[in-house]
Amino acid sequence: MSALLTIEDVAVELPTPRGNLRAVDHVDLSLEAGRTLGIVGESGCGKTMLSRAVLQLLPKKARLSGRVMFDGEDLVRLDAERLRRLRGRDLAVVFQDPMTSLNPVLTIGTQLMETIQEHLELDAPAAKKRSIELLAAVGIPAPEQRLAQYPHQCSGGMRQRIAIAIALSCEPKLLIADEPTTALDVTIQAQILDLLAREQRRRHMAMIIITHDLGVVAGRADEVAVMYAGRVVERAPTQALFKRMHMPYTEALLAAIPKLETAPHTPLPAISGRPPDPTRPLKGCSFAPRCRYAAGRCHEAKPELKGAEMPDHLYACFHPIHMAEGVGA
Amino acid sequence: MATLELSMQDETTAAPVRRRRKLGLLFWIASVWLAIILTLAILAPILPIQNPVDMDMLERRAAFSGEHWLGTDGLGRDEFARLIFGARVSLTVGLIAPMIGLTLGGALGLLAGYFRGRFETVVVGSMDVLLAFPPLIFALAVVAYLGQSIPNLTVILGVLGVPAFMRVARAATLTLARREFVIAAEALGASHARILLRELLPNVILPLLAFFLLGVAVTIVVEGALSFLGLGVPPPVASWGSMIGEGRDSLDVAPRLAFLPAAALFLTVLAFNLVGDTMRALTDPRQGAL
Amino acid sequence: MLTFVVRRLLAILPVLLAVSLLTFLIASLLPGDLAYVILGDQATPENVAALRRDMGLDQPLWWRYLSWLGHVLQGDLGRSFRTGQTVLQAVAERIPVSLQLMLMAECIGLAIGVPVAIACAARAGGAFDRFITGSAFAMLSMPSFLVAILLIYLFAVELHWLPATGYVPFTEEPLNNLRFFVLPALTLALAEWPGIMRVLRSDMIATLQEDYIALAKAKGLKPARILFVHALKPSSLTLVTVTGINIGRLLGGTLIVETIFALPGIGRLLVGAIYTRDLVILQGVVLLVACGFVIVNFIVDMLYAVLDPRIRHGHA
Repeated sequence: MSALLTIEDVAVELPTPRGNLRAVDHVDLSLEAGRTLGIVGESGCGKTMLSRAVLQLLPKKARLSGRVMFDGEDLVRLDAERLRRLRGRDLAVVFQDPMTSLNPVLTIGTQLMETIQEHLELDAPAAKKRSIELLAAVGIPAPEQRLAQYPHQCSGGMRQRIAIAIALSCEPKLLIADEPTTALDVTIQAQILDLLAREQRRRHMAMIIITHDLGVVAGRADEVAVMYAGRVVERAPTQALFKRMHMPYTEALLAAIPKLETAPHTPLPAISGRPPDPTRPLKGCSFAPRCRYAAGRCHEAKPELKGAEMPDHLYACFHPIHMAEGVGA
Repeated sequence: MATLELSMQDETTAAPVRRRRKLGLLFWIASVWLAIILTLAILAPILPIQNPVDMDMLERRAAFSGEHWLGTDGLGRDEFARLIFGARVSLTVGLIAPMIGLTLGGALGLLAGYFRGRFETVVVGSMDVLLAFPPLIFALAVVAYLGQSIPNLTVILGVLGVPAFMRVARAATLTLARREFVIAAEALGASHARILLRELLPNVILPLLAFFLLGVAVTIVVEGALSFLGLGVPPPVASWGSMIGEGRDSLDVAPRLAFLPAAALFLTVLAFNLVGDTMRALTDPRQGAL
Repeated sequence: MLTFVVRRLLAILPVLLAVSLLTFLIASLLPGDLAYVILGDQATPENVAALRRDMGLDQPLWWRYLSWLGHVLQGDLGRSFRTGQTVLQAVAERIPVSLQLMLMAECIGLAIGVPVAIACAARAGGAFDRFITGSAFAMLSMPSFLVAILLIYLFAVELHWLPATGYVPFTEEPLNNLRFFVLPALTLALAEWPGIMRVLRSDMIATLQEDYIALAKAKGLKPARILFVHALKPSSLTLVTVTGINIGRLLGGTLIVETIFALPGIGRLLVGAIYTRDLVILQGVVLLVACGFVIVNFIVDMLYAVLDPRIRHGHA
């Protein structure tokens, strides 16, 4: 079955005063309809740039290479008008901070209805009806009153629900959620994630969840890709990843999540050091300076992303961990 | 028409657009023009040019010639000489008046921004009241009653500039007073005077000087406008403004009589604006300190 | 909303009071005995003394101020001893002219400045943008009387399309009236548009960087809608402020243009009062203009609240 979205050898470069910044370094990913992909990585690993590359919303100075195949069309080479009609309709996005992603001087109703009216060509009363249904579906009480309100009159969690409603309004085939819960209270996070998962199942929608928190994708994504310094360093079905990750970085990420079972006052094993300067790419593996298992070859050459024992579990490491006997570099 | 409220306009913009070329070609051309004009104005009495008040009734409104480079005006006076002597007047008022604003306004703003409290409220409030008066009307009224003279004009225009300078100084002081070097000085037991003079003043003076240049541009314009109406410098003293006013009557026969001083005025004001604006972009206290 | 308006209203009262005091002081403390000035060559010591008593000029300053203020608050701004008209009558005659000039000038200024600003912001950094920004900067260095001279030369002297001076009331001959107003309004507008353009352009460029614009693009909305609905509305705040400030400033700024083009407005009334040393008119008109300015600023504040709902509800 051909995938809904295929990211082929995508690289994004940004010219800066200090040199060329490689934000995304030749990434390959694919996603099938109805499935969820989680992209995990720390700040600056390129995950947001990647999502902007898919949406074709990169800053003017950015240089993009590669192909982004969506539903059979290459988004990179698509003309502006076709792209515009695709966006909001088949391809939707939820940004991190709903306080800044919703227009503060327009009513919620306007922001909901304009998408519907643009793509679905419904008249105002029909658009209004649909908006109310959407707001109810995302769990907003008294939806009819909300339409006339402004974003600042709603709580953070409610604003994000509205943003989700806007994204879902035209039945998209793919929803990209860029750190959808990072700006919200911990108590609300689970609700929002559950909402996304529920709507995805209901609408049989493909979804990409971008996050820095491995915990967010556990149990909610079908496949997880871990990114570091602009590259995908490990990619596997979620269960496989959590059971037996092969990248030292992934192991370190998981270890850094505070767990309920840990005894109190146990120091959190944070990953020491910082990600490399993206304007000065390293010769060897980007994670080597911070890796516990780094050895000779790691500093000399970049490991390629490939699978060994299982074809759908890929990793980019010369010394993968938790491998079965006899397999590995 | 530019007013003395330049600072307010640009402070309200959400993201001030920075001029990309910091000290570009235009900046240098403008500086050269200003240097030329200032030199000519200062040296005017000793330059080998015609006497600007010599009337030659046989050569009225003459065209450009070897004897009169830029022709003559309605009373046969050499236009080139008049332009240079006019520069003297326009620049005298244009430079001295803002200095009054700079010293008074700057001092008030510095003190208000440093001491805060009641003093600040009073200062800002009274400046606001002064700002409620359209500057031209205020200037006209006072000059008309005090009598037209260059000193009167200069003082009035200077006073009108005080609120603007006060605002710039106060804004700069407010930004800087919370910086580490000031708090450090306080912690070391420095007196108010010492902090004001040694720490704050050197940093506040930079944006003030940039604003001063813009103030010169505005003052030349306002003086020009008043003199154009005959209500600025007292006749027979000529500034560029009054020359333009006189030239207006000859628009149909000799438009150059109005356009030559107009060009001189425009270019000089533009030059001051260019240099001042560049300086301002470079000396914004929000970007650093000495 | 009502409490907001009332609170702001109360705040401007002390300013208005201070303005009245300053106006009075300017007019009264200046040298030159008023009685002498009025009587001219009929000034004998007895006449002067009598007139001073009559006009209350022998009373202490504070008494004269309060007496004047009292009259003002009852609507009596005094009567000109030159023309015999009351200040209010004179002003009422002239205000329509000045207002027409101001409004026409601001409208033309907006009609030039707003579209240009939007076009520049939409393609910031492009050739058109740089050209316009440069022109705007140059225009800001060109005072209104220079523009007036240029326009008069071009349209009146050379092309003979429009008249250089003159006035006829709108109610009498509307078309002719507009003909007389074109050059003066255009003069002011050409001086206004750069300020308007700069502010709106700057604000829109900042707004276009916001996340909600990125989302609007991601929603696949038409570019025109994003520009005019999503970007223009939040940016219009500063535009409204500047327009308001401009209109307020124009209250005094029409003076030069009125004088050059011989329009019988407030500005010319003031200049005339200065020439004839008509203290009463001078005082009254300055007071009205200054108070008008304060009130216009107040209205701008109110408009702000209308445009940005966050201010209405006490947020932001």
